[in-house]
Order: sequence, then structure tokens, then C-alpha cells
Amino acid sequence: MDYGLRSIGYGERLLPKSDITLCEQFVLIGSGMIWNIYFAFLALLFGFLFSTVLALGKNSSHMIFNKPSRIFIFIFRGSPLFIQFFFAYDLFIILPKLGIDIELGFITVTVETRWLTKAWLGALIVLFFNTSAYAAEIFYGALRAVPSKDIEAADSFGFSGTKKFKRIIWPTMLRLAWPSYTNEAIFLFHATTLVFFTGFPAWQQRGDAIYYASYFADKTFNPFVPYPIVGLYFIIFTLFIIGVFSVINKRLNKHLLPNERSKLKIRLNLIR
Amino acid sequence: MFEYCSDPKSLEGLIWLSCYVTTPKHMSFYGSFLVVMGLLALAAPLAMLFGFIGAIASRSSKSLVRFFGKGYLAMIRGIPDIVFFLFIPIALDQAFEYLRHKILCPEVIEPIRQGNDFVVCTAAKLPLSAASEWVHDLYGFSLALLAFGFVFGAFTGNVLFGAMAAVPKSQLETGEAFGFSPRQVFRRILIPQMWIYALPGLSNLWMILIKATPLLFLLGIEDIVYWARELGGIKTGVYDYPHPDWRAWYFGVLMIFYLLLTYISQIVLDRLSNKLSIGQATLAGKAI
Repeated sequence: MDYGLRSIGYGERLLPKSDITLCEQFVLIGSGMIWNIYFAFLALLFGFLFSTVLALGKNSSHMIFNKPSRIFIFIFRGSPLFIQFFFAYDLFIILPKLGIDIELGFITVTVETRWLTKAWLGALIVLFFNTSAYAAEIFYGALRAVPSKDIEAADSFGFSGTKKFKRIIWPTMLRLAWPSYTNEAIFLFHATTLVFFTGFPAWQQRGDAIYYASYFADKTFNPFVPYPIVGLYFIIFTLFIIGVFSVINKRLNKHLLPNERSKLKIRLNLIR
Repeated sequence: MFEYCSDPKSLEGLIWLSCYVTTPKHMSFYGSFLVVMGLLALAAPLAMLFGFIGAIASRSSKSLVRFFGKGYLAMIRGIPDIVFFLFIPIALDQAFEYLRHKILCPEVIEPIRQGNDFVVCTAAKLPLSAASEWVHDLYGFSLALLAFGFVFGAFTGNVLFGAMAAVPKSQLETGEAFGFSPRQVFRRILIPQMWIYALPGLSNLWMILIKATPLLFLLGIEDIVYWARELGGIKTGVYDYPHPDWRAWYFGVLMIFYLLLTYISQIVLDRLSNKLSIGQATLAGKAI
């Protein structure tokens, strides 16, 4: 099929206009999934690191770390992702006019703000911030739940601060947070469907799965084919995410007795 | 709005601003905040109703009813809900028109699906093409409301199902021992006791419902997102109140609106949770 890589700009330029076949719908919507996976994968990857920092910040007793982390988490958890997309996009549009020059000693580097208005970067940043905030809250909760006797044991072995964090606190935190974090990963994956419904334009009609699905539903006046196809694709990839995360979960729980291990409990998919 | 606003081009500063934010379009913008509140007020009970039916159905002793109940509750899990928000209004719209077509114009024998078109006779159109604009708006809003009720009903159903299962078995058995009928056990013991178990889930859902309201925009309703884009866009000199691209500021206002809404909700829900815990057989209830 000519549409396999259509969503990233290869293959047939024109989308099917009339006589749309089932096969075309499957291939084009599947090609749109590339974007959903791209957004979800990178946002989760960066978000994982940043959320750990945020969780530690929220747990810190220093005002300088505590307050900004709290405010960041509150803003991104307290407002709809949908509005965040719009807000960020319109903010990014204004940016180039302001112009950002960074003085680096003798040379001045002008930061490219043009890319921010493109979905591949702008939407990724919003998703990254959003998932960081949600995951930080999960990690913060887990951090508070790390058993104090574990930390005391580390202290009595003479572990230094960094070593204690790396060997004891962080792994325990991850283990406790992992079931909730799996759900968060699934939410984020589903939230990627919002990208092209907000300000971010689908340049040359390179959109994600749901972008093509709504295109087909518009063209054929028949929602009963494209939307179930999207649903099917998402179920398959959701199962894949669950698979990967449960492998990690097994690894995190390996040292525990079988009856102490925490099982992954997949909860609902909810909008943020 | 004000008398001195009759010639906007001559105004400046704060006076200009006071005229700008009271234009009829801005009034519609403020009105759309009420639409959001209205949606919240109506969708929450509707979702409770759907969820309640779903939860009871999945506890039913009849396997067919249980199948449908469980299917409804499970449906939402793997699929992004935005798919449902796009799918349900169109599907419902077509279902209504299809039924009306069959009833109102039985003489038309041509198939409704003609290739890529969905054709019903004029009498079956919903709303009627002659109807005034507010009927169209109301119809669109009702479809959106049903979609919200349906999707959030499934979420609520899951929460209620879990809450019903969490009520200690011994409580129900005590009821039976006192000679209560199953119906009485359900109404007098299960329902009053399940709320405290359901509350964390329900308050979570309420927060999510708040954050889902901007999706109204996707359903073609003139909601706050629509107006923010409309009013914030660049206005050239042809307009009475020309200004550059202000959409970021408008969406900033929406962000603050939602942050306030979730912040206040959180405080109220925390209080409610404390109140409901009193006298319950839970850790929080015993602590008081």
C-alpha cells in the first residue's frame, strides 16, 4: 500500500477521496499510529527522568526546590491537557516575534523558536510536562511510602546520601509506584490523540491515527468503520505497553517473596 | 454596553478595555462558562445513573444482563475516550434519524447509505432544517451531554462496582440474618455503606470530568474554547476593536478558570470525605 508511511510524509500525497476501501482505512490509520507512538515514547522517556526530579523537589524541605515543584505539579495536574495544548501553541506562536538571543561570550546564538509551533516538538513538550507532573505526584506518593526501616538499615550500613538514594530509596520508590505508573503510561498514550485536535496543525495532512479516522468519518459519513479501527489499534498497543511494563515490574519485585510482590492492576483509562 | 463605547476607535487605555470586554461577543464568551458549568451539573447525575445501572447489571444473576453490564464497564479501558466522544454523537444522531426515517417516511425505499452518503428524507432530519438556531444548539448540546454521560457512566460504573464489592460481606450477612429480603439488603445496607468506598474514585472522576469539559469544542459546541479562539484571533482595522493575536492570553484565562475550579473542588471533596467517614468501619472513621 502507498499509505503505509503517509503520516511521516512518504508515499502517496493525496489522501483517498472517494471509493474508500477498508484496506486503505486500516493502512492509513495504522500509519497515523506512528505519531501516537512517537509522542508517547519520547514523552514517557523524558518525563520519567524529570518526574523523579520533581518528586524529590516536592519531598524536599528546601523552599527553593519545594515550591516550584509543587506549583508545576499543581498547574499541569489542575488544568485540562486540551487547554494546555492550545495555550502552549498560541504562546509558541508569539515567541518568535519576541526573539530569544542567548549571549555566549563573544557569539550570540538565536534559539530557533520556529520548531516549537510544529507538532513534533511543541506538542511533545506539552505532553512531556504533563506526564512529568502526573508521574511526579505518583512518585512523590511512593517516596513517602518507602519504609523507614529500609532507610535505617541503609544508615546502619554506613551508606552515604547518594548511595542510599541509588541503592535503597530509588528502587523501592519505583517498585511501589510502578503499578500506578503503568496506568499513567497508558493514559499518556491515549492522551496523544488530542494533539491534532488542538492548535497544532497537521502539516501536509500528516496526522495521527485519530486525525485520519475523523477524516474518514467526515468523508464517508460512516463512523462505524474508522473509529472501531482506531479502537482496535489502541487496544493492541495498550496491551503491548502493559506487557513491557509488567516485565519491568517483575524485575523490580524479583527480590521479594511471592506473596509480597505487587501485581500490576490495570485501572481505567481517563481523560486528564 | 456603556454609552461612551459608541465610538471605540477614539478610546484608549482602561476605558478602551472596559468597552472591549463588554462587547456582545464577550458576553457570549462569559455565557459559555455557564455552558461548561451546566454540562458539569447535568453530566454528573447522568453519569451516576448510567454507572449505577452498569454496576447493578454487572452484579446481576442473569448471565445475559451481566454480560452487557460487564461489557459496558470494560469497553472504556483499552480505547481512548476521545474516540467515544467523536463516535457517540454521530452514531446517536444517525440512529435517531434512521429510526425517524423508518417511521415518518416508510414510502421511501431507497437505501439510506448510498455509497459515501447518509440520506434520510427531510421530515426525518434532526433537528428539522427549518428549526431555529437555538434548537440546533440545544440538540448538539444534548448529544454531547449523552456522550459525556455514556463515557463517564462507564467510569462511574467501575467505581461503584468496586465500592459495592468493598462493603464487608459480614454486614450483608447480618442483614440476611435479620430476615431482610435481597432487595432490602441492597437498599438498606449495601447502598448506604458503599458511598465511603466509592468517594475517592468518584471525586477523582469529578476532577477528570472537569478537565474533560473542553472536549465540547470537538463536538462542535460554541464553548469556551471556541470563543477563546474566536475572540483572541488577530483583529485587523476593519473590526471595532483591533488587536494582535491574543489567543495565548485568552487560553491563559481558561487555564486559571480550570485551576480555580479544580482547586475549589479539591477542598470541598476533602471536607465531604471527612464528613462521610464519621462512624464508618474504616481507618478514617475510627480515628475521629
